[in-house]
Amino acid sequence: MEWEVVIGLEIHVQLSTKTKIFSGASTAFGAEPNTQACAVDLALPGTLPVFNENALRMAVLFGLAVNAEIGKRSVFERKNYFYPDLPKGYQTTQLAEPIVGPGYIDIETDEGVQRRVGLHHAHLEEDAGKSLHEDFHGMSGIDLNRAGTPLVEIVSDPDMRSSKEAAAYARKVHAIVTTLGICDGNMAEGSMRCDCNVSIRPKGQEALGTRTELKNINSFRFIERAIDTEVARQIDLIEDGGTVVQETRLYDPDKNETRSMRSKEEANDYRYFPCPDLLPVVIDDDYIEAVRATLPELPDARRARFTSEYSLSEYDAGVLSAYRAQADYYEQVVKQCGDAKLAANWVMGELAKFLNQNDTDIKDSPVTADQLGGLLVRIKDNTISGNIAKKVFELMWSKGGSADEIIEAEGLKQVTDTGAIEKIVDDVIANADKQVEQYKAAEPDKRGKMLGFFMGQVMKATGGKANPGAVTGILKQKLDALCD
Amino acid sequence: MFDKTLAELAQGLERGDFSSTELTQAYLQRINALDSQYNSFITVTEEQALAQAKAADEARATGNTGALCGLPIAHKDLFCTQGVRTSSASKMLDNFISPYDATIVSRLKNAGTVTLGKLNMDEFAMGSSNESSFYGPVRNPWGTDRVPGGSSGGSAAAVAARLTPAATGSDTGGSIRQPAALCGITGLKPTYGRVSRYGMIAFASSLDQAGPMARTAEDCAMVLNAMAGFDPMDSTSAERDSEDYTAGLNQPLAGLKIGLPKEYFSAALDAGVAEQVRNAVAEFEKLGASVKEVSLPNTELCIPAYYILAPAEASSNLSRFDGVRYGYRCENPVDLEDLYKRSRGEGFGTEVKRRIMVGAYALSAGYYDAYYNKAQQIRRMIQQDFVAVLNDVDVIMGPTTPQTAFKLGEKSSDPVSMYMEDIFTLSLNLAGLPGISIPCGQTNGLPVGLQIIGNYFAESKLLNVAHQFQQATDWHKQTPAGLEV
Repeated sequence: MEWEVVIGLEIHVQLSTKTKIFSGASTAFGAEPNTQACAVDLALPGTLPVFNENALRMAVLFGLAVNAEIGKRSVFERKNYFYPDLPKGYQTTQLAEPIVGPGYIDIETDEGVQRRVGLHHAHLEEDAGKSLHEDFHGMSGIDLNRAGTPLVEIVSDPDMRSSKEAAAYARKVHAIVTTLGICDGNMAEGSMRCDCNVSIRPKGQEALGTRTELKNINSFRFIERAIDTEVARQIDLIEDGGTVVQETRLYDPDKNETRSMRSKEEANDYRYFPCPDLLPVVIDDDYIEAVRATLPELPDARRARFTSEYSLSEYDAGVLSAYRAQADYYEQVVKQCGDAKLAANWVMGELAKFLNQNDTDIKDSPVTADQLGGLLVRIKDNTISGNIAKKVFELMWSKGGSADEIIEAEGLKQVTDTGAIEKIVDDVIANADKQVEQYKAAEPDKRGKMLGFFMGQVMKATGGKANPGAVTGILKQKLDALCD
Repeated sequence: MFDKTLAELAQGLERGDFSSTELTQAYLQRINALDSQYNSFITVTEEQALAQAKAADEARATGNTGALCGLPIAHKDLFCTQGVRTSSASKMLDNFISPYDATIVSRLKNAGTVTLGKLNMDEFAMGSSNESSFYGPVRNPWGTDRVPGGSSGGSAAAVAARLTPAATGSDTGGSIRQPAALCGITGLKPTYGRVSRYGMIAFASSLDQAGPMARTAEDCAMVLNAMAGFDPMDSTSAERDSEDYTAGLNQPLAGLKIGLPKEYFSAALDAGVAEQVRNAVAEFEKLGASVKEVSLPNTELCIPAYYILAPAEASSNLSRFDGVRYGYRCENPVDLEDLYKRSRGEGFGTEVKRRIMVGAYALSAGYYDAYYNKAQQIRRMIQQDFVAVLNDVDVIMGPTTPQTAFKLGEKSSDPVSMYMEDIFTLSLNLAGLPGISIPCGQTNGLPVGLQIIGNYFAESKLLNVAHQFQQATDWHKQTPAGLEV
């Protein structure tokens, strides 16, 4: 039987507010456990929440970026369940009246499949703390630093039909929230976490199959792998005569398998009800328009502009616009060097290579956009060759400093003086009788390929600094003269 | 000295008749000598009180004093008080020393009051007799075999026994007014949102409201002046300017329109109580007020609606008491579920557990619409009833409770008859309206409370009406038999 895969995603995005959603404690990542948990976060008796208006603004900004209806009245509710890292015994979240209503996000996979994914809604809620089960001699430790960090949970419709589409959707959400500046996008630190609802149905069937929910997947690659694994499991199960059970499953990336966490029967009755400590959040058109006025250029628009303004390929434009910091960096490099294609090659090539190797975010790149632009200027004005530029870039990365400083200090300036090059060419030719004879013996139309040897010798003699164009011209002229 | 009102004590301090330290020492000695009869204090904070009194005397010496500077007061034990056990009268919080002050505690401290200690109450403010306290029942100074009412029973008994000139209380369904009535004192439940809830251990968030309890309306006005006002830490706190609640006390009552809800004078009302309330209304007519019968047709629905909504909120509010971060934790839990079950099972008392279960049931899947949503609809109907009547009259009057103080143990085995105690009071919590209970007579030697209900934020009007009654009568000056003052 031919199966159709149906996927919906719930993505939790940590908002980059300075303080928590309902308290004044800092949200910064990585502090000593429980040093960023105030009386409200600890749920001390008598404490009350006060809603952080900046979280509201960010949620509205997101809603506007995904063409969604904005809830002019949204209501926080309590989701009641017991867990040690949930200090109040309930999570404050939104259910019946969320801040962001239906909208959509357009995606495109690497294979070029385009799809409009419906956004069911997005709501504001608070993050829980963390339970730490190691190093406590059989007990658990609780770190409440994360408790109360604002989240927007973005719930898609079940509109995706492959793991690749799911990953493309998640990438798009990542691009949008980082472009909006409402999330740092750091998936390794949990700033963006993804739950995938996966089901299969016979192709052509309208009714949805029973879904399973894959929890807390924190990389785009794992989204694809977890879904592929789960889809294969479901197909095997059904084709062997079994049925899929509605349950929550955990993806284990090490074993590349999903396993059951809890079934629907074991699920909590969350006893939602409107939080009586918080008033309904009521906003008007003026508020929404004021937020709209702060919308930056969104990834789709930027990508379109990159193809038109910079004549980039669809692929290059897509990669460069996917992450705001990278797009900003790229545009700054273009501004400095005036060559969009060269800038694209370097940002996606050498720079990306170094960032990956050193696990560094482009925002923290030791080589700034202005510095990289300065380097590319020196390629364009023939001060250095592309190969030398890579050497310069490496030094800029490791030691710091501008391209000009390094070129000067290391004496890497390209030799363009024809007299000097001619002298070196003469020496090379004088010491390569055998190769000169071969050159002379070759058919004229094959001789071009034979210049490589001589070019290598000249470069060796000049430490790579000779201008390759000039060397080629002089070599050709002198060797051809010997053939006459 | 112990028969002086807060206002009279303030004058004594002002005149230099005594210092705050002398006054504080005298009250501490009296608590020490007499409270074993009433059990109204859970914690006496002698050291802090004397330090605050000393500071108040020093402030007075520099001329830097407000109206409450140096005056003793005590707090119901659900107001978080920094460095002091704040138990909510529960085993669950017997070991909880609050690291912070509730907003009203810090406001009253800043006003220069001296905190004598923390007052007994029903566990987590759930009860109408003060019998559910982990620290044992409070006894009514008008008869120690009788309950003081609840949940602010310790506050009412302590004021009635002259162990403190004033106290704070909280009122979720009548918890200030009912014990005030049963102990013959004055207690005001302000409009929801008038007084900050920050630092007040929550029972039912949409109904809880803190207020003053003292012997007179004037004293309540003085204390409310310090308590009331917008608090950015409480999102449900009303963004309104503060007012001076003592300023309008002396307005004459000529032309005041009083409504008497016919539903409040039904057969269930004790005849003696009814008579005293009617006498009090007649006194108001003498003061120039006019009286008419009004109707609050949904009065009967208050109790079922309240006993859905309050437990529903409580079931969630009390989830934080899980034995994980503070408070009671069971011995040697074998796993997480055991930790939860036994910590909560052993830490909470019977009435608290009953309400948690009722509330969790009312919110559970499949029952939410039938219970919680229906109760919210009734709540809106009750509110509309009041709004309609208060468009027509200035204040509504009636009995605070259906009967006077009952005996310990009399209702504790019958929760529903206990819940009926609050039939006249809890509708105000559902509507969010202010109400004051003042002593208005006695029957069989026990005080009767008159409840006066006003429009939203009409605390000044209520205090004015109550004060004028107290100028004309002396029911608020009555002393329990045998009490030395």
